[in-house]
Amino acid sequence: MSSQALINYSLYLADNTLILAQRNAEWCGHGPILEQDIALTNISLDLLGQSRSFYQYAATLINEANPSATPVSEDSLAFRRDVYDFKNILITELPNGDWGNTILRQFFFSAYQFLLYQQMKQSSDATLAAIAEKSLKEVTYHLRWSSEWVIRLGDGTEESHDRMTSAVENLWSFTGEVFEAAPFEKDAVEAGFGIDPASLKSAWLEKVTEIFTEATLAVPPSGWMQTGGKTGKHSEYLGFILAEMQFLQRAYPDASW
Amino acid sequence: MSVQELEKIFQQKIDQEIKIEPKDWMPDAYRKTLVRQISQHAHSEIIGMLPEGNWITRAPSLKRKAILLAKVQDEAGHGLYLYAATETLGTSREQTLDDLHSGKAKYSSIFNYPTLTWGDIGAIGWLVDGAAILNQVMLCRTSYGPYSRANIRICKEESFHQRQGFDILMVLSQGTPEQKAICQDAINRWWWPSLMMFGPKDGESTHSEQSTIWKIKRKSNDELRQQFVNMIAEQVKILGMTLPDADLKFNPATKNYDFGEIDWNEFWNVVKGNGPCNKQRLETRRKAHADGAWVRAAAEAHSEKRKARAAQKVA
Repeated sequence: MSSQALINYSLYLADNTLILAQRNAEWCGHGPILEQDIALTNISLDLLGQSRSFYQYAATLINEANPSATPVSEDSLAFRRDVYDFKNILITELPNGDWGNTILRQFFFSAYQFLLYQQMKQSSDATLAAIAEKSLKEVTYHLRWSSEWVIRLGDGTEESHDRMTSAVENLWSFTGEVFEAAPFEKDAVEAGFGIDPASLKSAWLEKVTEIFTEATLAVPPSGWMQTGGKTGKHSEYLGFILAEMQFLQRAYPDASW
Repeated sequence: MSVQELEKIFQQKIDQEIKIEPKDWMPDAYRKTLVRQISQHAHSEIIGMLPEGNWITRAPSLKRKAILLAKVQDEAGHGLYLYAATETLGTSREQTLDDLHSGKAKYSSIFNYPTLTWGDIGAIGWLVDGAAILNQVMLCRTSYGPYSRANIRICKEESFHQRQGFDILMVLSQGTPEQKAICQDAINRWWWPSLMMFGPKDGESTHSEQSTIWKIKRKSNDELRQQFVNMIAEQVKILGMTLPDADLKFNPATKNYDFGEIDWNEFWNVVKGNGPCNKQRLETRRKAHADGAWVRAAAEAHSEKRKARAAQKVA
């Protein structure tokens, strides 16, 4: 039980970071300014690195739990699972939209990740704690960078303010899911290594309110929130992300790269 | 001091291998040549992000994805150093970018070829970066200080790029029959365009002679091309693949590999804009720049607001 809970929890953390890394990577070479193109690519690389740590850990646990089965790897977990297996939250798979939309999503996600990793570095599971500790340094920068851009664009020109307002409207109903504990998160909390996501919500909202105030953006009322990603009920977008990402592994199943 | 005297001092410095620095006097034509060459180099880095960037979302493993992302990001960084080097010559980045978007400035034609398979990512690293490195190693010793230093930084990263390209092909060449076919196909398509990267034949290269006197350039196009052929003709054996040239053969007398005639018609066609991807590449860059206009405007407006608020506080 505890092993399965740890596997699911690690896969959840891996899927979130991989899918957002994949989305951010779409910007590479298309950013509005060279310096910011580099910055977002950096964030994508960091997230990809985090996802690899979690997938590698999950693979080790899966292989230990099923010694007689065909071993899995970080790549088989990323490239050979289907939509319903993925546990990432919906916001990570949404299309990038414009630069403002991408930035705002990154800000929402980084603000959550920052709080999560702060708790997780004290996890009773030494591997999760170590990944959290290492990743927290990266996420601290992601949060600072994305906060600065939310402020800059919110309090920039009339056009940028309008665009950010639309981005808030577009993304807000996807910000609640992360704080609603999925069964594997409840198991993880019970087993003592996981973090109850609901406990992060008020600090998250505080950070969002702080940055939005400076950005002259209104914080919407909480309202209806979309959910489903954590339990494999995704948007239509994820299938296309996987079709693209998994193409080579699916087309040439016997090959190694 | 007369212009003739200044020119004399300038050429003496060059002859004595003293680097020319931004504040030094230099002939207008030297400045112009450098702006043209460095901005072309910068644009090549930026446009070069596109064909490889194509495959970031499709890279076949997480490790390959991370390496490719890092590599394309390096190219953006190279673009930055080089745009900064053109700025030391008095040309703003905005102006340099405008020249790219209007089609006035050129970039390396190699990036007007498409990346069709994962093998192309290997071939670009091995052949395209391999060719670029020979040129950039030479440019580490170029006479203009900032350009020389930019190339030294670039070369450190490029050798890693070439190795990763070769490594991709190495794995393909030892893989399944389909992977071997992907590998050979990529080499077949990228070989001749890579040879064209060194530019026209020595006799037909318009800027070469003066650039050599000014030590902007230290080896001729044909010399570099030969060096490249010699290197690749050996490395391809390790892959167990072939180069698509029936005339390629080691010549014991010259100790060089002889090779077949480049299709110069194709070369000039691609330079003139008729390559398979010229239009898309430029269109993509223009679109990214146009789509980013509101972001740049907002950043500027916000920074002005901040300054005004700070000034108000002081008052």
